[in-house]
Amino acid sequence: MVASDLILHEEEFLKVTSLAERLLRDSNSRFVALIDRNGQPIASAGDLPGVDRTALASLAAGNVAATEGLASMIGEESFTCLYHEGDREHLHISSVGQAGILLVTFDERSSLGLVRLRVRQITPEITHVFETMLEKSRHAAESGESAGAPMAEITDDDIDSLFGDRI
Amino acid sequence: MPFINYAAREITCKLVYYGPGLGGKTTNLQWIYQNTQREAKGKMVTLATESERTLFFDLLPLSLGKIRGFSTRFQLYTVPGQIFYDASRKLILKGADGVAFVADSQAARFEANVESLRNLKLNLEENGLDFETIPYVLQLNKRDLPTALPVEQLVEALRCRNEPVFEAIAPQGVGVVETLKALVKQSLSRLKAGAPATTRV
Repeated sequence: MVASDLILHEEEFLKVTSLAERLLRDSNSRFVALIDRNGQPIASAGDLPGVDRTALASLAAGNVAATEGLASMIGEESFTCLYHEGDREHLHISSVGQAGILLVTFDERSSLGLVRLRVRQITPEITHVFETMLEKSRHAAESGESAGAPMAEITDDDIDSLFGDRI
Repeated sequence: MPFINYAAREITCKLVYYGPGLGGKTTNLQWIYQNTQREAKGKMVTLATESERTLFFDLLPLSLGKIRGFSTRFQLYTVPGQIFYDASRKLILKGADGVAFVADSQAARFEANVESLRNLKLNLEENGLDFETIPYVLQLNKRDLPTALPVEQLVEALRCRNEPVFEAIAPQGVGVVETLKALVKQSLSRLKAGAPATTRV
């Protein structure tokens, strides 16, 4: 099974959101996001006005994937952390277990050292929640439960109506 | 399988436009972007070279309506078509919930189509995805060009698994929505009870 088989239940969502909020507070950063390796945004805290979070998540995932490709080329298993320094805003991106990515944006009110420290401290907890989420997804698939139970009864008309006059 | 967020009551699918270089994958996304209501679309991201060739990927996030109380979101990706960007293509296919193969109908691009299709099958397999079961549609693009091969000849060579085939002229929007609709339909239909798995276990 691959990481895309992902179901996020309310319990894990609330836990991971609360951890993201704690990291935001403790690291004095502007925005924290947990993303899966395929570029799906999972949970976030803080605000980035005018920034499309889906685009941000997919670019971060692409960045991590490309960097891992570079790591394997030079004989490293992976690079666990990426840091991008801007004039005002900075990005810290790190791996969470095998399937997650933690993205933190911060400005002059924080520092790389503080962000790195807080990320390191909270990562085991976030990893645990993320792995629980994956385990539950796996269990649902193995036990034959339909991951998309609420969608089990969808009809072709339901799907056709999605487009309406949007496109 | 799509990402299902019960907390936010949201379903997200990753759909990938694959095919040979300069076949019209980015043009498909651009047309959708330009013709979609503002509230339904996110920011289109294009990572292209100076000559506007896709370097890494294009991304268009779309939010369509609700089904059974769940909002549906689609992330439309293109891959770079040029042969030497294979590592990027492999990365983008990871976790794909559906693939649209955009073939270039021109006679001169026939071999490029065949090679790209072969490459798609290989890269899906390397990502643990099964070409035989993943939601999949074939688009025959550039039907307006005088050098376009007959549809029958392209179907004979490129249609592998009885997938829906759409003739398209992407800059004019011909066949673009039909391709997307068919892919969305197949991707969401997988959530129906008893649908087979997309991934190899």
